[in-house]
Amino acid sequence: MTVDLNKLHAVGAIAEEAEGKWGMVIDQDLCTGCQACVAACAMENNIAFVGEEDAGYGRSMHWIRTERFWEGEYPEVRMTDYQPMLCQQCGKAPCEPVCPAFATVHSQAEKINLQVYNRCVGTRYCANNCPYQVRSFNWRDYQDSRIRPEITILANQFNPDVTVRRRGVMEKCTFCIQRIHKAQDKAKSEGREVEDGEFTTACAQACPASAITFGRIDHPESLVSQLARMPHTQHHLEELGTLPSVTYLKGA
Amino acid sequence: MAENKKHSEHSHKSHEDHLRETHLMLDPMPRGKMNEMVMESMHTTSWKFWAVFALLSVIVAWGLFYSWGRLILEGVGIAGVNRPSYWGIFLVNTVFWIGISHAGTFISAILRVFKAEFRRPFTRAAELMTTFGLVQAGFSIFMHMGRVWLSYWLFPIPNQRQLWPNFHSPLSWDLLAITTYLLSSTMYLFLPLIPDLAMARDRSTGWRKTFYKILALGFRGTEGEWTHLRNALNIFAFAIIPVMFSVHTIVSWDFAMATRPGWSSTIFGPYFVIGALHSGMGAVVMVLAVVRGTMKNMNYFIRPEHFEAIGKLMLIISMGWAYFFFNDYIVQWYGGDKWTKTLLHWHEAGPMGWMWFAMLIFNVAIPWAILWNKKWRSTPWLIFIVGLLINVGMWFERYIIVPISLSINRMPFTWRLYEPGIEIPLGIGTLAFFVLLYMAASKLIPLVPVWEVQEGHMDHSLKKFGRETVVTVSDLE
Repeated sequence: MTVDLNKLHAVGAIAEEAEGKWGMVIDQDLCTGCQACVAACAMENNIAFVGEEDAGYGRSMHWIRTERFWEGEYPEVRMTDYQPMLCQQCGKAPCEPVCPAFATVHSQAEKINLQVYNRCVGTRYCANNCPYQVRSFNWRDYQDSRIRPEITILANQFNPDVTVRRRGVMEKCTFCIQRIHKAQDKAKSEGREVEDGEFTTACAQACPASAITFGRIDHPESLVSQLARMPHTQHHLEELGTLPSVTYLKGA
Repeated sequence: MAENKKHSEHSHKSHEDHLRETHLMLDPMPRGKMNEMVMESMHTTSWKFWAVFALLSVIVAWGLFYSWGRLILEGVGIAGVNRPSYWGIFLVNTVFWIGISHAGTFISAILRVFKAEFRRPFTRAAELMTTFGLVQAGFSIFMHMGRVWLSYWLFPIPNQRQLWPNFHSPLSWDLLAITTYLLSSTMYLFLPLIPDLAMARDRSTGWRKTFYKILALGFRGTEGEWTHLRNALNIFAFAIIPVMFSVHTIVSWDFAMATRPGWSSTIFGPYFVIGALHSGMGAVVMVLAVVRGTMKNMNYFIRPEHFEAIGKLMLIISMGWAYFFFNDYIVQWYGGDKWTKTLLHWHEAGPMGWMWFAMLIFNVAIPWAILWNKKWRSTPWLIFIVGLLINVGMWFERYIIVPISLSINRMPFTWRLYEPGIEIPLGIGTLAFFVLLYMAASKLIPLVPVWEVQEGHMDHSLKKFGRETVVTVSDLE
């Protein structure tokens, strides 16, 4: 039996579950673990380089990271597939309801999970409650070249479309929302819809193996939708009911 | 025969003396004398007091204000928090201090409602702990924030953009609950203080007189004033009990509402409340032992019978804590969730396993081994040590729940241990500030509610029925 959620006045969180807009498919069989996505993401989104000491203490700020795992006991050790992990843009995100300041919100237009940097007060509850552990916190003023002279040159290549975050603020993957908006503005000025494959996120663009595909998950004929319908798909921690927008392909 | 009679008379007399000696309520003194004794305890300060006071001031200046300034200016990076332990000792201290603050209300309100007579001399000492403990909890929670200068965004302040706090968030509930508790417990501290302030006003000169005059609100002790005060106290004593239970339940929801393994446990509410009482009662006996040992005339008001009575409560609460701990553990374990099981194993057998065992020894084994014995639990220094160990154990419990549980999550790639940084001077700073506030208060306001003790003296009397001497209690209220 299907129930029209809108008739039950259950618009909002529940109705939104079904209608993701932008989605991503990551093919772990193709991923070579080269970390090009990690570098491209940092360039595109002005992500801070935290330095050796903080990175060694688990404070590295990456909106996407490549996880490696090993299987079996020594000496029979085998490495499993590389696992690029980024914000899964959950349809029902555990990070959203816990923010006391409404800094972690679900955007109604893009149907993705966004962090409002200038509203964030830094309680870090969202990062605790994120089962994927993909949120990055600005532990210090990493981007201030007055405090860290060594990043002066890096500061020259900031992306002007993206803000620079200061200390005490949480940040996370936005599915390169600046690129989404740019493509939408261009398409609108030309009086058309955004075409599939017209633009893509920085990580997908940089991937030499084309393991990452980005697009409209709600258009059944788009490449990302077709890939997401493959028989060997999987979602991470699906049992928590987070409804992730990122689909992994593994073991074809 | 005559000798026998004499002997029995002697033992009879000594029984009566014994009762008077051990029970404050049966050992009345003239009212004026008691008032003088309390005033004297407030005025007498030795050089040792000022030495400790100065030392604590230095610790507060360094540990609390200088370190907090650094934390604000340099960012949370100088603390030990990392991914995945986004919460660290600041939250441990918040829960710890709120726990400490629970004993004040427990002793004062619950024992007042149940008319437990032994509460009379130390209700105020316990209530002061509530207020000062909540101040430290508030400090700790604001230290935790990444951008504390914007903390007013967490309060529902009307603003032009109609931006309100998110009332779905347990942290919003927490803030409201703690604010409610702080305000109501401060009022509850102040109400029974009014007659004592009036007493102090009538016996002081100089700036103290002005100080007490303002605070006593013109209390003169008329029949109507006493009636109003009694009514207000009755209402507050009943009303503050649900507030007290709700505060720590809501604090537990910060954890229980989250999706983390080891946190999302439905028993956390009562488990946290009993844990708060456990550490709070431990703190009360510590404070009472120090007050009795260091302040003048206090060994008249605070006697071994009070330690004995609190010791019994501590034993019961320790058993209750053990029950809820076991309940929480067994339900989580039986749930069979892979990550929860990994976490439970990590608690006991991980690198911080010693803390888990120390927690059980300090919270359960030592209180059970010592508090069952009437003589041992009446010994101030011994029960002081038990209270101290319980507090260490309860701090360990919160440390296990917050940073140790956080270091394990569903993404094994991010697993990492937490190492405290500037949290340590800041934690020491809050502790020193608590003691400093307490020391200052002990010299500014009467630490013993004299009027309540006097009321108790009037209620109690020794009556002779034939050869037996029995204690009678008549309720004046």
